[in-house]
Amino acid sequence: MGDAESVAVLDKKYTRRTFIKGVIAVGATASTANYFIGGAGTLGAQTMPGAAERLVTLNINGQQRPVDVLPNETLAMTLRYRLNLTGTKLGCDRAECGACTVLVDGVNQYSCSMLTHQVRGRAVTTIEGLENSDTGELSLVQQAVVDEGGFQCAFCAPGFIMSMTALVEDNPNPTREECAHALSGNLCRCGDYQKILNCAMRAAELTRSV
Amino acid sequence: MAEKLIGTDIAPPDLVAKITGRARYAEDFRREGMVFAKLLLSTMPHARVRGIDASRALELPGVIDILRADEVRQREGPREAALTNEPKYEGEAILAVAAETEEIAASAIELIEVDYEPLPFVLDPLDSLRPGGPNAYEGGNIFSQGEFGDLKWTEEDFVEVDAGRMPNGEASVDWTKGDPEAAFAESDLILEETIVHQSLSHHPMEPRSNMAYWENGRLFAFVSTQSTQSTKFALAGAMEMDPEDMTFVAEYCGGGFGSKISGAPVMEIPARFSRKIGRPVMLRITRYEENYLGRARPGFQSWLKMGFKADGECNAIDLYIVQESGPYGSGDFNSAGMIADLVYTPQNMRFRGIPMYTNTPPKAAQRGPGGAQIVTMMEPIITKAAIELGIDALEIRRINAPDPDVEFGPRGSTLTSVFAKEALELGAELFDWEGKKALSQQRVGTKVTGIGIGLSPYTAGSRGYDGMMVIRPDGKLWVHQGIGNLGTHSIADTARPAAEILGLNWDQVEIVWGDSSLGLPRSSVQAGSQTTHAHTRANHAAGMDARRKVQEVAARRLGGSASDYDMDNGRVFRRGGGGSMTFAQVAEAAIEMGGEYDGHVLPEDIHERTVPAAQLLVGQGLMGIARDNYGGQGGVYSWVAGFAMIELDVETGVVDIKEYVGVTDCGTVIHPRSLGAQVLGGSVQGMGMAMTQRWVFDPKWGVPFANRLYTARPPGMLDVPIDMKWGAVGIADPQTPVGAKGIGEPPVGAGGGALTSAVVDALGGKCLCRTPLTPDIILAELEGREQPFGPLDQHVG
Repeated sequence: MGDAESVAVLDKKYTRRTFIKGVIAVGATASTANYFIGGAGTLGAQTMPGAAERLVTLNINGQQRPVDVLPNETLAMTLRYRLNLTGTKLGCDRAECGACTVLVDGVNQYSCSMLTHQVRGRAVTTIEGLENSDTGELSLVQQAVVDEGGFQCAFCAPGFIMSMTALVEDNPNPTREECAHALSGNLCRCGDYQKILNCAMRAAELTRSV
Repeated sequence: MAEKLIGTDIAPPDLVAKITGRARYAEDFRREGMVFAKLLLSTMPHARVRGIDASRALELPGVIDILRADEVRQREGPREAALTNEPKYEGEAILAVAAETEEIAASAIELIEVDYEPLPFVLDPLDSLRPGGPNAYEGGNIFSQGEFGDLKWTEEDFVEVDAGRMPNGEASVDWTKGDPEAAFAESDLILEETIVHQSLSHHPMEPRSNMAYWENGRLFAFVSTQSTQSTKFALAGAMEMDPEDMTFVAEYCGGGFGSKISGAPVMEIPARFSRKIGRPVMLRITRYEENYLGRARPGFQSWLKMGFKADGECNAIDLYIVQESGPYGSGDFNSAGMIADLVYTPQNMRFRGIPMYTNTPPKAAQRGPGGAQIVTMMEPIITKAAIELGIDALEIRRINAPDPDVEFGPRGSTLTSVFAKEALELGAELFDWEGKKALSQQRVGTKVTGIGIGLSPYTAGSRGYDGMMVIRPDGKLWVHQGIGNLGTHSIADTARPAAEILGLNWDQVEIVWGDSSLGLPRSSVQAGSQTTHAHTRANHAAGMDARRKVQEVAARRLGGSASDYDMDNGRVFRRGGGGSMTFAQVAEAAIEMGGEYDGHVLPEDIHERTVPAAQLLVGQGLMGIARDNYGGQGGVYSWVAGFAMIELDVETGVVDIKEYVGVTDCGTVIHPRSLGAQVLGGSVQGMGMAMTQRWVFDPKWGVPFANRLYTARPPGMLDVPIDMKWGAVGIADPQTPVGAKGIGEPPVGAGGGALTSAVVDALGGKCLCRTPLTPDIILAELEGREQPFGPLDQHVG
């Protein structure tokens, strides 16, 4: 996906109204001092040379989120422990399982294998950002999963759903084979692939119908 | 009429939480002041810690403290502790460090110096049986009646081993039924094979992370576990504390497959550490750590002799299993012997087995423990026999599959119901066995087609647990579940019988689970596929209790006798007219009446562990509470018949699974879509077991090579057929009121056995007698090259 296209995708997704809400929300949600849990002020101790935190502003689910991050901090850790967006799961910490998949400029990426500094100036969407922020309505992909009774333990579900979201955006008329290829970077240890593929096909069907 | 609930697809009530990120797994909980623990793992497979210098670590800014092995529960014998000074495998936890951030804790671990005294270690059980061979423990290699012993086979036995054949050395379990020797003399075909099944990791997607804190002397624990109520008691045991001083939270579990049945030893670490330092402690387990701590299915080295009559009837089995048990043991091999007798009904059988301790990561039940391995090992032999006898591979299984009156094992065990033949029948139909037979062993280009069948049983039920539920003044039925929420949907599905008994629609039912402060009755562990059977029964019993009380409340308020009243759609009404009450009114009335109606008086036969939970709910509404006293005779087993078609590429050795069908006998179907997911998902796990997953160790240093997910990978989406089919026989078990049996275990052996037998079929009857069947192993066979390992070698890559 080219930059221009990805911006267009995001324009569709984030209305001006949600953007303004995001800016307003920044005041309430910015937790620049520390981990979300509010430990004592020793975060950023010099555990390695130059490992000082830096304040950056990230675009997460359409909101501008100022946050202190270490130079070596992964996006997954920032999401989970700085911003309390715990829907993004860590299954392997090393690009083996896909549970941490998020969208960066509309493209599905392993957040465990990206540094937070890499996403400055880019739009990050997590599982928490899929519902319509005005109405609370599920996204079409999420609705498709409900329709098909998807997932077992569901620890992999947020990652799969982000990959499905990228898939139907890219190709709203996929074959079952194409779905399997598009989702093959995500692992489900329950082996629930049959139902997950049913969800993906249903998601494409719902996408085509709008 | 209220809707029919049993046998319909209803998405579980927690699904939206799971797909919006709101579901909180153990690592998603946060607490003000929370700090992070990190583990120091042993770098040696067997050692004694002579000394630890943590001074540099403790000086690091942000480090709070360390927790040592002498601060956690230690028990005598081959029993695991959360931390140890005598590591028995590479990767065992020695100590934990707590720090303000995980990065600091990890840095601190690097600054700790451990002085290890290396000790002899053993990876392959046969090495420990060899005269003069090393043992996993200093005291010996076996443990019985409270003492270690040193069991060695003879030099003569090892002449056999070195020739690649399994000897029949001394065994610790030895049983015989019938007269195998006489039966073999009457066999028309005898197959004798040495078979190796390698061990493999559970690798649930969610590592066993957990968090804990203390407040006013009360422990709050957030744990990743398959079960809930029983894990609370396990943690209380490890902590040597009163369980009622603990709030135990396990709302979601990201998979366990037998590795988190009653939690995990590491759950003790945050509980102890947070008490020591007065701060909440998060122990985030990484995949690297999970690889070591996360349990594995034990491997088998076996010798099998199987006799057949000319018509395909299996008339004798002689089976010997040496089990690689890891440092803390496992019972898989015993189940394997029983299941071999159950599936192939030889009438004459000898079983011998010996579990050997090894210095490899701990073994534990993995979905279908023992059963999945033995089916995956023996199904290829059945297909080979069919080819040699010129019999249809389906027919030979039909001939040998048990009938409902089967007796198996050394004590003639019986079962509540068996519809294995019906499962084979329906599977053959869905798979189009007759049509597929024409493709068997046909080569197109470089690809040869093979077809296979795996017939796999396993335990699927237990009895005697408690059900507990309350009709509250909101008119809803609140079903309290002490079972865990690990993705099988049984947390909701087992409540359906109670709702049907009370004539309720599903939107009038709420499920309460995952937090002991909400009141959770004594429940089965969520393992051994017990839950669907055990808790449809318990909730049936409690539902019946609630129904009686609703009728009695109505009779008291509206006149007549209780038996005059029926109920539907949240109302109780007098048959033939004459007044009715809503369930909301019934709940209010029950609270006013007190006594047994609102839980002030509890049944005497409920378990003592249910009592404190029930007391939390006294006066909240009309309480239905009862023990499952339905009884029953014989074991409860479910079955899956798996059918696979593969294409084996003779130039690369790669096996491509083209089609798969799984059909189950698990009694009455409660939730079809979820059942299909269990049948096919479990089968996919069996495919990984048969084709890709295994441990590989460096024999010199005892450290694993093949680990994590990428070198011993569970199946991904492109490794399995993209459209699989499933079916259910759907015949009710006659001994349980709802007719439903469990399903978790049996599909693994069905998927594994269908694949290994399909490979034998593609190879024209040649059995490679080993799992996993990686392409290099298949290719060496096809090209007539010697395998680069011995037929009995474990941990081969």
